[in-house]
Amino acid sequence: MKAVCWHRANEVRVETVSDPKILNPRDAILKVTATTICGSDLHLYDGYIPTMKAGDVLGHEFMGEVTEIGREVKQLKLGDRVVVPFPISCGHCFFCQRDLWSLCDNSNPSSSAWMIEKLYGYSPAAIYGYSHLFGGYAGGQAEYARVPFADVGPVKIPDGLTDDRVMFLSDILPTGYMAAENCNIQRGDIVAVWGCGPVGQLAIQSAFLLGAERVIAIDRVPERLQLAREYCGAETLNFEEIDPGEALKEMTGGRGPDACIDAVGLESHGIGLEGFYDKVKQAVRLETGRPEVLRQAIVACRKGGTVSLAGVYGGFLDKIPMGAAFNKGLTLKMGQTHVHKYLRPLLDYIQNGEIDPSFIITHHLPLEDAPHGYDIFKHKKDNCIKVVLKP
Amino acid sequence: MELTPANRDNRPNQYSNNDLQQENSGKLGDAERWGSLITGGALVLMGLRKRSLRGTLLALAGGGLAYHGATGQKSLKDTVSEAAGLEKNIQVEKTVTIFNRSPEELYQFWRNLENLPSFMKHLKSVRAIDKTRSHWIANAPLGENVEWDAEIIEDRENQLIAWASVEGADIENSGFVRFKPAPPGRGTEVKVVMEYNPPGGRLGAAIAKLFGEEPEQQIGDELRRFKMLMEAGEIATTEGQPSGRQ
Repeated sequence: MKAVCWHRANEVRVETVSDPKILNPRDAILKVTATTICGSDLHLYDGYIPTMKAGDVLGHEFMGEVTEIGREVKQLKLGDRVVVPFPISCGHCFFCQRDLWSLCDNSNPSSSAWMIEKLYGYSPAAIYGYSHLFGGYAGGQAEYARVPFADVGPVKIPDGLTDDRVMFLSDILPTGYMAAENCNIQRGDIVAVWGCGPVGQLAIQSAFLLGAERVIAIDRVPERLQLAREYCGAETLNFEEIDPGEALKEMTGGRGPDACIDAVGLESHGIGLEGFYDKVKQAVRLETGRPEVLRQAIVACRKGGTVSLAGVYGGFLDKIPMGAAFNKGLTLKMGQTHVHKYLRPLLDYIQNGEIDPSFIITHHLPLEDAPHGYDIFKHKKDNCIKVVLKP
Repeated sequence: MELTPANRDNRPNQYSNNDLQQENSGKLGDAERWGSLITGGALVLMGLRKRSLRGTLLALAGGGLAYHGATGQKSLKDTVSEAAGLEKNIQVEKTVTIFNRSPEELYQFWRNLENLPSFMKHLKSVRAIDKTRSHWIANAPLGENVEWDAEIIEDRENQLIAWASVEGADIENSGFVRFKPAPPGRGTEVKVVMEYNPPGGRLGAAIAKLFGEEPEQQIGDELRRFKMLMEAGEIATTEGQPSGRQ
C-alpha cells in the first residue's frame, strides 16, 4: 500500500510499504477514506519530537471502512464506517475507566514505554504515528491502517454524514472542545484563544457553545484571523500589530479574560528579545519548546482564572512566569485529549447541525501529494489552514 | 521507613524495613515472618540492606533446600569472592497495580508457571516437574539456551510465591512475587523482588545480554506485559506492522 513516511526533519515521502496485518485479537484493519495533517504533525515534520525513525508511517487523524477484524472484536463488522481517536486506549485500565483515555496504561508497548517513563515518570497512552516515545505505531496517512482495541476507540458514523463533517472527531474537534471545557466557562465569561489554526477555530466555537459571552482570538495570519472573526464570531487581535496583553486588558474592562486557551503549543512565535532567546535555545536544543504563548496567557489571565493548554508540549520550557500563575491563583488545565469521552456527544452536535467543523478545510489533496501538503501547511502557503488527504 | 498515615496509625498490616531483620533473627514464628513480607508496604530491598535475598528467603523458609545459602555457611569460593568485593548479586524490585483483578485471579495465573512465557519475553518454556519443582529454559543470544531448575520455597495461596534455583543452575536466581489488594476499588498490587548472580565466562556474557544492561527495566517490562495481558487481554505490540524501512 501507499503510506506517508517520515524520513528526516522537513522530509516526508509517499512510499510503498506492506499492508498492515492483524497482530492482536482486538485489532481491526481499516481502509482509510480520509486522513489529515495535524498541527502536531508539524512538530514531527520540524524535528522537535525525538525518537522518530526514518520510515515511520505518519498520521493520527483518520477514518475509514473496516476491512478485517480480530477474533476478539465484537462491536464492529466488515464495512462499518468509523472515525478513529488519535490516542490508543485499552478501555479496561484505571485511567480508561475514569475517562482519562489519553493516559491509558496498556497501549504503549514495553519496547517504547520505558523510554517515555524515563522522561515523564509514567507512560501516557500511545498515539498513532507519533514517534517511538508514544509507541511507534504506524499511522493513518496510508491506504490501510491497523487499529488496536477496535471495540473501544472507533465510533461508527451514521449514513448521510460526509467524511469532511465527521473526520475531525479523530482529534481537533474534541481537542478544541476539551480546551474550552477545561475553562469551566460561566455566564458572562470572556475567553481569549491564542492561535487561530484548526484547533483554535474549534476552541472558539466550543467556547461559545459552552456559554462564553465573548471570545477574543489572537494570531498573526490574516486569513486565520478573518475566519475566526467572520465564521466563528470572535473578536481578533494581530499580535504583530498590538501587544495582546495590553489589548486584552483594555478589551475586558481592565480585569483580564476569565480563561485563556493556548492553542499553539511548543512552537509559538514570539517577537522581540524573548522570541529570539527561545529560537536560539530551541535551535541548540537547550529548550524543547518556545513557550511565548503560554507566558502571555499566564500574564494576561485575570486573577483566579484558568489557563487551558490545547497546544502540544513535549519537553522542557524556560522562563515560565510561575510567580504570576501562583500569585494570581490561576488554574492550569492541560493534556492530550481524552477523545473517546467526547466522540458521542460531539457526533450528536454534528448530526444536529450545531457544529460543522468542515469550514476549516482549505485543501483536499490525494495521498500522493502529502509532501506538498506538509509544505503548504507548515509555511501557511496558499492560505492553507487544513489539508485533507484522500488515499 | 516511610511516614504514611497508615504507619502512624500502627495498623497491623504495615511493616517497617526493620521487620525483615527481626524475621531473620528467628524470633518470630514462621507465619508471622512470612506475614510481614506478604502484607508489607515498604521497599523490600531497602530492608535487606544489601544482604542476600536468597539467604533471607531460604532462612524464612526454614531450610527445606539442601543448599549452602540456607544454612548461612558459605563455600570457600563465595567467601573469597565476597572478601575480594567480587560479589555481584543483582537485586531488582518492581511493582505494578493491576486494575479490576483480584489477588486470587492473578495468583492463579502466575502459579501455573507454564503461563509465564506468555509475558516473559525471554523465557522459552517453563515445565512443572512436580508440585514445587520446575524446569526453566530461557533464550540467550546466538541461539543459546540457559536452563535451571527452581524450587518453590514458599507458596501462600493468593498471596505470595517465593522461589530459588537449585544447585547446578546456569544462572542462580531467587525471589518472590506478591499479590496484595490495593486500596478498595484500585485492584491488586503485584510486586516482584528477585536476585540473580550471573556466572562468568561466555555463558555469563550471554546472560548479561539476556537481562540487559538495566535489569530493573527488564523486570519492569515483564510486569508491564503481565499487566497488559491481565487488564487488556493482550500485550500491546507493533512487531510486524508496515514501515518505510522494509
